[in-house]
Amino acid sequence: MIGPDGALVRENRSPLSRAPWWLLALLLGAAVLGWQLVTDELYVDIFRRLLSGLGVTVLVTLLAAPLSLSLGLLAALGLVSENPLLRQPALLYVQVVRGVPVLVQIFAVTFVLVPLAIDAAQALGLFPQLRPADVPMMARVVLALILAYGAFTAETLRGGLTSLHRGQAEAARALGLSRGQALRHVLLPQTLRRVLPTLGNDLICLLKDSSLVSVLGVRDITQEARLFTSATFRYTETYAMVAFFYLALALLIALLVRGLERRFRRHAA
Amino acid sequence: MPPDAAPPVLEARGLAKRFGALAALDDVSLAIRPGTVTAILGPSGSGKSTLLRCLNFLVVPDAGEVLLDGRPADPRHDHALNAHRARVGMVFQQFNLFPHLRVRENVALAPRVVRHLAPAAAHALAERHLVRVGLADKLDAHPGELSGGQQQRAAIARALAMEPAVLLFDEPTSALDPELTGEVLAVMRQLAAEHTTMVVVTHDVSFARAAADTLVFMDAGKIVEQGPPAELLDAPRTERARRFFQTQGRSGA
Repeated sequence: MIGPDGALVRENRSPLSRAPWWLLALLLGAAVLGWQLVTDELYVDIFRRLLSGLGVTVLVTLLAAPLSLSLGLLAALGLVSENPLLRQPALLYVQVVRGVPVLVQIFAVTFVLVPLAIDAAQALGLFPQLRPADVPMMARVVLALILAYGAFTAETLRGGLTSLHRGQAEAARALGLSRGQALRHVLLPQTLRRVLPTLGNDLICLLKDSSLVSVLGVRDITQEARLFTSATFRYTETYAMVAFFYLALALLIALLVRGLERRFRRHAA
Repeated sequence: MPPDAAPPVLEARGLAKRFGALAALDDVSLAIRPGTVTAILGPSGSGKSTLLRCLNFLVVPDAGEVLLDGRPADPRHDHALNAHRARVGMVFQQFNLFPHLRVRENVALAPRVVRHLAPAAAHALAERHLVRVGLADKLDAHPGELSGGQQQRAAIARALAMEPAVLLFDEPTSALDPELTGEVLAVMRQLAAEHTTMVVVTHDVSFARAAADTLVFMDAGKIVEQGPPAELLDAPRTERARRFFQTQGRSGA
């Protein structure tokens, strides 16, 4: 809580209270699971099965993350633009996409937008051989996740950009830097440092929402678990293992983001 | 002193600016001759900073024009605007160094990006100007590691590295502790002695008296009086200037 001096984090906590007990508890759970893995044939089966879906989960996340960041950056620049022709479409995109559940968006993109886009392309004489079925489910889902997370990222980046002190943009422009140069060399680097924790959070959410690909039968970790349990009815063991897979990935992201944060904080902005 | 006959390097003609009901600038004209120091003084809200900011279009005037080397600058076209600003440097009250860049990179950024110098040349240029303001030992520091006075000196080096025709100072010592203003004023006096063309908005009457060639007194969006500092400070022609400099004198300037 907030200390008597107003500090949110006390600086001289005892080593005992600073120790990562939560991590210890987690590792204990992992150890139990690990013990089951070496002693119980069933767990080995589950582990193998989930491992075969791990690649898809990681691939979906790694594809969607940088592309949604790029889309979010474009939309954020639209949001802060003085030009209504850029600002209004960006606002429409962000407000609509943020207000619709990701699962509904996945259905909408997969079964409505992609067939529509193919029809439209063929009406213009493009890709005459392409059938909707030729577009893999995975590509559609990745597209949907990019659109969904682009909107979150746009809001995050807009918040970061507008939180910068006005003097930063003034100093850059007063030196003769153009709008684009000021953004690229002065404003965006500071924004990214500032919103890094939020972006890390968004990335973890994206990782977890990649499990939604399972509703379309794309064989990620979650889908493999669903297939396995529908054949074996071993829900407890399977979903404990699934949870640990996601947890391990999310922790990995959190640690990477923390490391980056620490590197940036050394030169506190 | 360079002769008054030299054509002005920077000139404001008939500048006007309103903020809502407030006339921040009301038909202000000012000529800055090369190699001179112009100090702008006046009460808060008199339009000093607005005038300074109109000179590099951080504030776009409602009317009037700004001429650089006799040619009017056009703030509506980005290219012309950036070219104008590259030649008119500015030092801010709040320093506004870029916190994510080392001091050397703060100074080298604009020469690299705007003047398209090679990185090595831009860094060499940055070092030269940082040495000039006495920060040879802070090249690799981040702005957050510097004192206020050091930050302002780095900001001066950043503006100097563009080798501008004119350097604008917007209350450069107002955000500093009294014991840190000296080091910044010393750098500015040194620049004045080297005939750097400067326009300084300041509350520091003793600096204005010692370093300025021309003193401009503003009130209510107008230039009330201008002339050599000794004349203006010791024998102001207007009642308003007399009253202002009297209270400034009493506050220990």
